Amino acid sequence: MTYSVFSLLKNAVTGHKNWAPAWRDPAPKPAYDVIIVGGGGHGLATAYYLAKVHGITNVAVLEKSWLGSGNIGRNTTIIRSNYLFPGNNPFYEWSMKLWEGLEQDFNFNAMVSQRGVLNLYHSDAQRDAYARRGNAMHMHGVDAELLDEQGVRDMYPFFNFDDARFPIRGGLLQRRGGTVRHDAVAWGYARGADSRGVDVIQNCEVTGIRIEKGVVKGVETNRGYIACNKLGLAAAGNSSEVAKMAGLKLPIESHVLQAFVSEAIKPFIDGVVTYGAGHFYVSQSDKGGLVFGGDIDGYNSYARRGNLPTVEHVIEAGVSMIPAISRVRVLRSWGGIMDMSMDGSPIIDKTDVKGLYLNAGWCYGGFKATPASGWCFAHTIAKDEAHKLSAAYRLDRFKRGFAIDEKGMGAQPNLH
Amino acid sequence: MRIHCPYCGERPAEEFTFQGDADVRRPQGNEPSQMDEWFDYVYLRENPRGRMKEYWHHSGGCRSWLIVERDTDSHEVFGVTAARERKLSPQRKRAS
Ligand SMILES: Cc1cc2nc3c(=O)[nH]c(=O)nc-3n(C[C@H](O)[C@H](O)[C@H](O)COP(=O)(O)OP(=O)(O)OC[C@H]3O[C@@H](n4cnc5c(N)ncnc54)[C@H](O)[C@@H]3O)c2cc1C
Ligand SMILES: [Zn+2]
Repeated sequence: MTYSVFSLLKNAVTGHKNWAPAWRDPAPKPAYDVIIVGGGGHGLATAYYLAKVHGITNVAVLEKSWLGSGNIGRNTTIIRSNYLFPGNNPFYEWSMKLWEGLEQDFNFNAMVSQRGVLNLYHSDAQRDAYARRGNAMHMHGVDAELLDEQGVRDMYPFFNFDDARFPIRGGLLQRRGGTVRHDAVAWGYARGADSRGVDVIQNCEVTGIRIEKGVVKGVETNRGYIACNKLGLAAAGNSSEVAKMAGLKLPIESHVLQAFVSEAIKPFIDGVVTYGAGHFYVSQSDKGGLVFGGDIDGYNSYARRGNLPTVEHVIEAGVSMIPAISRVRVLRSWGGIMDMSMDGSPIIDKTDVKGLYLNAGWCYGGFKATPASGWCFAHTIAKDEAHKLSAAYRLDRFKRGFAIDEKGMGAQPNLH
Repeated sequence: MRIHCPYCGERPAEEFTFQGDADVRRPQGNEPSQMDEWFDYVYLRENPRGRMKEYWHHSGGCRSWLIVERDTDSHEVFGVTAARERKLSPQRKRAS
C-alpha cells in the first residue's frame, strides 16, 4: 500500500484500526542470493537499493534483535556533508542528496529537516581550519557559510559568547544539514525493501559463517543454517565479532557513545549546534526535548550504557555553552556501540573471501551516511566492485598508506 | 567504573587515560619483510566482547602505566597490575 493523504483519511474514518503492517514477518527460507547481517540503517538501506536499483530481490536481512534496536534507533539524528577530505566529501554529499529525496523515494515520512548544522569556533586557528573546510566543501559544490561572532549572535543570542576558556568567535554553517527521524529511516527502508520481496527477519542472530575453499556458503543462525551466494556484513558496533566468524581481524575497536534527552521545553534551538572544543552538541526535537551528546566514553565497550563521568562532562559543557539550560531536567540517557575505525573513516569493500562483503567502521557518524552507504554497498555486492563514491573506503587502505584521517589523530580509535 | 591502582588504591575511572589493547606486540626490527607484522601491530585489533587486557595510565594520580583486565561487556574489572612488572620475551606472539 502507498501512504498518501487518501490512505490517511480512509484509515482515520475507521479509527486507525485497519492499517496493514508495514512489513511482513517471514520465516527464513533455506537459501538466498544475498544475505545481509544486521538490520540497522545500513543493512536495510543496502537491501532496499539491492532490490530497487539492481533488481536483486531474493535477499534476506538478518537482525538478531528487533529493527531499530541498534544504533539506528540510538543516534542523535544529525545529517551533514561538511567533510574536508576528497575521499569523504563526495560520498557524504551524495548521502545528503539522497536524504533530500528520500521520503518521496521510499514513500515514508522520515521527517527530514534541513534546519542547519553550525560548528562553533573559538580561536583564530579554529576559524582558519573551518575556512579551509568550508572552501573544500565549496570546491565539491557543497554549501558552507563562515559566520563571524555577530552572525552567531543573530541566530543564538543566548549562547555564552564570553566564556573565559572558549569564547565563541563564530561558526561554520551548513544550512542543508539538519536532522532526520532515525527510527523512521529504519522503518521506511524496511518497508521499501519488504514490498520489493526482501525478507526482513528479526530475532535471527548470525552465530557462524560457513566458508568452503575461500568461498562463502551461508550462515549459521539461532534459527538454523541459511545458505547464500553473497554475504554482506553490516553489524556496526558488533562488526569485529561478526567478522571473526569469517576469520577476519579488523582495524576497529568498539566503544560506547552516550546521548541524552531533556524534558520538553518551548521552541529554543531551531538548528543543530556543535561545540567541539567543549565536547557537546545539541538540537531540539519536534516534541521539544533537547537532544544532546558529547564524545565517546573512551574505553573499549560492548555495553550499551556508559559511565557517569562522561554524563557529568557532557552536561557541564552544555551548561557552559548555554547557561540558560542549567535548570532543564534530563529525561533519559542511553548508549550505543560504535565501530571506531583506526582512521575515523568507514569501510565499504569486498574481502579476500569470495562472496563476503564488509560495511563497517562508521564510528559515531554513520547515521548521516545511511543512504549513501546502502547505495554504495549494494553496488559493491551486486557488481563485485567498489562504487566510485566509496572507492576510498577500501579495507586495505591502512596497509597501502591511504588512511583517511579527518581529525589527524593516527591509529588511536578513541581519539577520532 | 573503579580501577584499583596498585600504588594508589581504588580510584574512579576518570582519573585514568585509556590507551588500548595490552596484548598487541611491537615487532622487533623494521625490515621491509616485517611490514605485515607492523600493519598488524598498528592497525588490527582483536576487539573482544568479554575479557580483555588493556593499558590504562593513571594520568590523574601516580602516572603509572597499568594493565587492567576488564570485561568489555559488563565493565567489570578483574585485576590490575603495573605494566612494568610484566615480563615479555621479545619473540612472544599475542597472549592467547
Ligand atoms: C548515541 C549515539 C549518537 C549518534 N549520533 C549520530 C549523529 O547525530 N549523526 C550520525 O551521522 N551518526 C550518529 N551516530 C552513529 C550512527 O548511529 C551509526 O554509525 C549507525 O547507525 C551505524 O549503522 P547502522 O544503523 O547500520 O547500525 P545498527 O543500527 O547498530 O545496526 C547493526 C545491527 O546489526 C545487528 N547485529 C549485530 N550482530 C549481529 C549478528 N551476529 N546477527 C544478526 N544481527 C546482528 C545489531 O543488532 C544491529 O541492529 C550515533 C550513534 C550513537 C550511539
Ligand atoms: Zn596510581
